[in-house]
Amino acid sequence: MTELKRRTVIAGLGILAVTPVFAPAIAQKRYDDGASDTEIKIGNIMPYSGNASAYGVIGRTSEAVMKMVNDAGGLNGRKITFITYDDGYSPPKAVEMVRKLVEEDKVLLVFNPLGTPSNTAIQRYLNQRKVPQLFVATGASKWGNPRQFPWTMGWQPDYVTEGSIYAKHILATKPDAKIGVLMQNDDYGKDYFNGFKQGLGAANERRIVQLSTYEVTDPTVDSQMIQLKNSGADVFFNITTPKFAAQAIKKAAEIAWKPVHYLNNVSSSFGSVLKPAGIDNAQGIIVALYRKDASDPQWVNSPDVVAWKAFMAKYMPNSDVRDDGHNFGFSVAHTLLQTLRQAGDNLTRENVMKEAANIRAFESPLLLPGIKVNTSPTDFYPIQSVQLARVKGESFELFGSVLSSESTS
Amino acid sequence: MTAITTAAPAAAETSRNLTRSMLIGLLLLAAALPFIVGKSGFISNFTFLQLSLMIVYAIAVLGLNLLTGFNGQISLGHGAFFAVGAYTAAILIEHYGVNYWLTLPAAALICFVVGYLFGLPALRLEGHYLALATFGLAIAVPQMLKYKHLEPLTNGVMGINLLKPDAPFGLPLSGDQWMYLVVLIVAVAMFWMARNLLNSRPGRAMVAIRDHTLAASTMGIDTSRYKATVFGISALYVGVAGALHAIIFEFVSPDSFRFELSIAILVGAVVGGVASLPGAVIGGIFVQFIEKYADAMTKKLTQAIHLPLELQPWTLYGITLIVLIYVMPGGIAGGLAALWARLRRSQGG
Repeated sequence: MTELKRRTVIAGLGILAVTPVFAPAIAQKRYDDGASDTEIKIGNIMPYSGNASAYGVIGRTSEAVMKMVNDAGGLNGRKITFITYDDGYSPPKAVEMVRKLVEEDKVLLVFNPLGTPSNTAIQRYLNQRKVPQLFVATGASKWGNPRQFPWTMGWQPDYVTEGSIYAKHILATKPDAKIGVLMQNDDYGKDYFNGFKQGLGAANERRIVQLSTYEVTDPTVDSQMIQLKNSGADVFFNITTPKFAAQAIKKAAEIAWKPVHYLNNVSSSFGSVLKPAGIDNAQGIIVALYRKDASDPQWVNSPDVVAWKAFMAKYMPNSDVRDDGHNFGFSVAHTLLQTLRQAGDNLTRENVMKEAANIRAFESPLLLPGIKVNTSPTDFYPIQSVQLARVKGESFELFGSVLSSESTS
Repeated sequence: MTAITTAAPAAAETSRNLTRSMLIGLLLLAAALPFIVGKSGFISNFTFLQLSLMIVYAIAVLGLNLLTGFNGQISLGHGAFFAVGAYTAAILIEHYGVNYWLTLPAAALICFVVGYLFGLPALRLEGHYLALATFGLAIAVPQMLKYKHLEPLTNGVMGINLLKPDAPFGLPLSGDQWMYLVVLIVAVAMFWMARNLLNSRPGRAMVAIRDHTLAASTMGIDTSRYKATVFGISALYVGVAGALHAIIFEFVSPDSFRFELSIAILVGAVVGGVASLPGAVIGGIFVQFIEKYADAMTKKLTQAIHLPLELQPWTLYGITLIVLIYVMPGGIAGGLAALWARLRRSQGG
């Protein structure tokens, strides 16, 4: 027994003696699954098939950005392996594919999974396994909750922030407004509406004279629009997804209702909303933007737009450049690259998460001037600023200054 | 001549013993798998999940097989019972903190009652009318799960997240490996019960109803009660499979149980071999395998042989199905049995 102990002690001393010599060298580079001296593995899921397959270009763009980085020598000397699977916008498929990414492909992190339902389905699993769920592609406000979900982080301005910014603008420009709201009756619509009410404040909630809702399965919103007009509202907050946004804009023109029209960012697309609704009918509509419209002539000399165009020409030559998914994917991928750059050689999941929560005034390409990515250990909302713009002709005319909401910081 | 008659039963006996010991050996090996592999990571947890899913689908296919293969009733809606079982387990665990083991009998009971009640009026429907009624059920259930007033329980489209139980007694197994064992044990029990049922008097009555309903009722079998009960038992099996699915997959949502699931279970039953217990196992493997890999394999095939045309994701699935049904009309189990018999004959001859 004594003999054994003595031997153990000697062995222990031996280890102790050796450790300090090597420890500093080892401490420089630390890795979890999916990272090594030569490689960083990033996992991603996207709806490449199914109803939401139009969003698939975002995943393809991120993939192409990583290829561009690898062609230029990689990131901190490491090649990036980008593994992306189809989840068909189906939560159970998302769960399965994310498990495959984590357990079989052993990725370092899961990047930019798309859609509120899919992200909700995988959030608990990833947080339990302590795998970063970074920069999710949804604007729901629940992604910035580091106390409950320290491994999940959003990216784009959340709907609550955006809703409150519209409200503040209304109070500043038209304090006696009578407000009508059209809202899609689900989590997304409620998120916007709650933010809007927060922005108005309890005292001004009575400014909302009419709240009309529709179900995503409804064929049209015509009757709601007539209801809103009859309520006498002179300000209109339009919380609708593209198809219904186009219907609402068109109907307002048909029934000659001319309120000050605020449209949520979700539907700020010329291709899928404003053109189908009729450009003439859409003039003057106010939207909140956080990214540049890369096809807008005013940005033609802006370095990030030039870089984006070069990237598109070289890495995605057969894609439709008017599809906004390419802008989104390019921008969000660069925020990830910045995070990994900051993490340097300490590529543990914990450190990646720490650096994701330590981004200071990073100008991700294609963000509007003055809008920067900022995070902290208590602020998991990377982009919280927008700038209001008015539809003028076939482009957006920015006005006022960059607005932020402190309500969610 | 005498030699042949005496030799044949002995040979049958030996071959049955051989099959049985092979089966037991195989099961022991399957059960030992997580212990052998341990935490070496040689087989990933994800692979264990997939194996578990195969076994779960085998239980579901067995459930449908009892109804369709052994009782002659066709159902296109067993995905609905799968969903009921899964949601029973999920709601009990999430809202009432029930131990996952206890959710299995609960799901079994609820699905039996639901299946029996659904079976009662459906008895008036024969053949393809029954198929259509069950198909309606498969389409309705996912919608019902999204129903506004059920949302506090079902959590609507968002579904319910669960946490996989850890291995008890400090066993050196991961959650996935442990649940693989649980699923395996439940499956063995369910198959054993099905075999005993089929070898019993009620089991023979079930088959008699399938073969000739009128003759069966003339012999004094209460056909309508039998049919409804078999419907209930069939739903029970599928419900247990659903509950296991919820526990190992750690997630349920209405989207998990779309009507494609019902079709997949039926396809599994037919491809594996109707009226065959081994067929149910093969069917389960087929459901899991084909669903996950048909798409990927189609893509790989297109690239590998440089096809000039773009194959649609499910092309390979369709082709496989057509070839299988033409080559092996009795399902894979039937086909293998026929092949085995032919081999023996050619050897003996």
